[in-house]
Amino acid sequence: MDWLTALLADNSIFNATTLAHYWSGFTTTVQLVFLSLVAGGMLAIPLAVLRVSPNPWISKPVWLFVYLFRGTPLLIQLYLIYYGVTLIEGIQDSLFWPVFQDAFYPCLIAFALNTAAYTTEILRGAIATTSQGEIEAAKAYGMSKGLMMRRIILPSAFRRALPAYANEVILMLHASSIASVVTLVDLTGAARDIYARFYAPFEAFMFVALIYLCITFALIYLFRALETRLLAHLKPLS
Amino acid sequence: MSPFCQSVPAALTNLCQYGPPIIDGALLTVEVAVLSLLLSLGLGLLGASAKLSANLALRSVATTYTTLIRGVPDLVLMMLIYFGGQMAMNSLSDWLYDTFAIEVFFNINEFIAGVVTIGFIFGAYMAETFRGAFLAVDGGQIEAGKAYGMTRWQIFVRIVFPQMVRHAIPGIGNNWLVLLKTTALVSIIGLSDMVRLASEAAKAVHEPFMFFIPVALAYLALTSLSEWGLNKLEHKYSAGVRREAN
Repeated sequence: MDWLTALLADNSIFNATTLAHYWSGFTTTVQLVFLSLVAGGMLAIPLAVLRVSPNPWISKPVWLFVYLFRGTPLLIQLYLIYYGVTLIEGIQDSLFWPVFQDAFYPCLIAFALNTAAYTTEILRGAIATTSQGEIEAAKAYGMSKGLMMRRIILPSAFRRALPAYANEVILMLHASSIASVVTLVDLTGAARDIYARFYAPFEAFMFVALIYLCITFALIYLFRALETRLLAHLKPLS
Repeated sequence: MSPFCQSVPAALTNLCQYGPPIIDGALLTVEVAVLSLLLSLGLGLLGASAKLSANLALRSVATTYTTLIRGVPDLVLMMLIYFGGQMAMNSLSDWLYDTFAIEVFFNINEFIAGVVTIGFIFGAYMAETFRGAFLAVDGGQIEAGKAYGMTRWQIFVRIVFPQMVRHAIPGIGNNWLVLLKTTALVSIIGLSDMVRLASEAAKAVHEPFMFFIPVALAYLALTSLSEWGLNKLEHKYSAGVRREAN
């Protein structure tokens, strides 16, 4: 750490303490986004399958869920969950209270549900554009509906959904900055603390903007690599 | 408490008391959204023209703008512009006072900061939309315009623009829907829009559902209404274009 201390010696804002604060904010942001994406993705896959069901009693409730979550701001959803949970009868005495006392889990729930709604819509679009020939071929092989969904429709739908999903991941990363509003110290929260402490808006916010930019570029790079690999068979032969 | 609110059923007293200001807040939300939409459309057109221009400097400025803005969260940019802008304005007025002995004070209020930030952010998205729409116009048509001896401006107004709008409307519509929901963020920097008024009311009387659910429904109504309007608009501008059969 000596080189770091030397580097920061004549700098009043970016010292070891504030950098540690940024670092803890960074880990919170990454954990929050990663866990919401995993939870949201696991919710979205069955929901998308239900959404394309021909039975309106199955597909309409999913449509409503997606409609509600895509039609309202994430901030409102977060407020409803964060402030709403404390009002559930007896929650403060139950064993869930230590979990909900912290802002992390309400944020995680709100973000996971939100990204689940958007991902369901992306997957629905991808499933709907499955080529008819593939489905006919699967039927000709005598595949059952479930098997066809698992072996034919979903694998190709995932690939087609990938570019749109990459966008959703980046939007989720950016949307996670509102976790700082409900007292969670994520990257933006760390910047707000440091702004409040030093009254230095440019340094505090530009530094996190740069970090977000780096994460965004890293994600774009990763998804592009994944796309080249997974969509290689759709490339024109050069 | 107003006499009228004492007369309504006890369960609704709080809503009666805090509700009406929230409706004013809803108007403010719409105002912020529409003004920032106009700003973003202007910036988007400028950005798209810069991106497509032959001038390297213009192109790189526009590319930097769209890349940087789309890589950073809205909230961070908003705070940077609101808190940072105020500080920059303060040093500007200090400097004016020191050098010219002019005493002026610039105040960045929440409304301007909100509109400027949202307009600035969505300008970057609009620039991408417009760029795509410009490129979607058939080059042969522009050549035909040139062959008729039209000036560049005439080509833009008579040939490119009417066709570009058709390609741009779905993208503009999407951006508008996202923009509308982004306006909720102005409550964080202190503007009394419907989200802020609702959260203040909810905290005052400890009834989050009573205030947040109506606000959520108001947003839902705004987005649904916009989607309906956008469909109409898309239909109008697609007149004379054959739909792909599917």
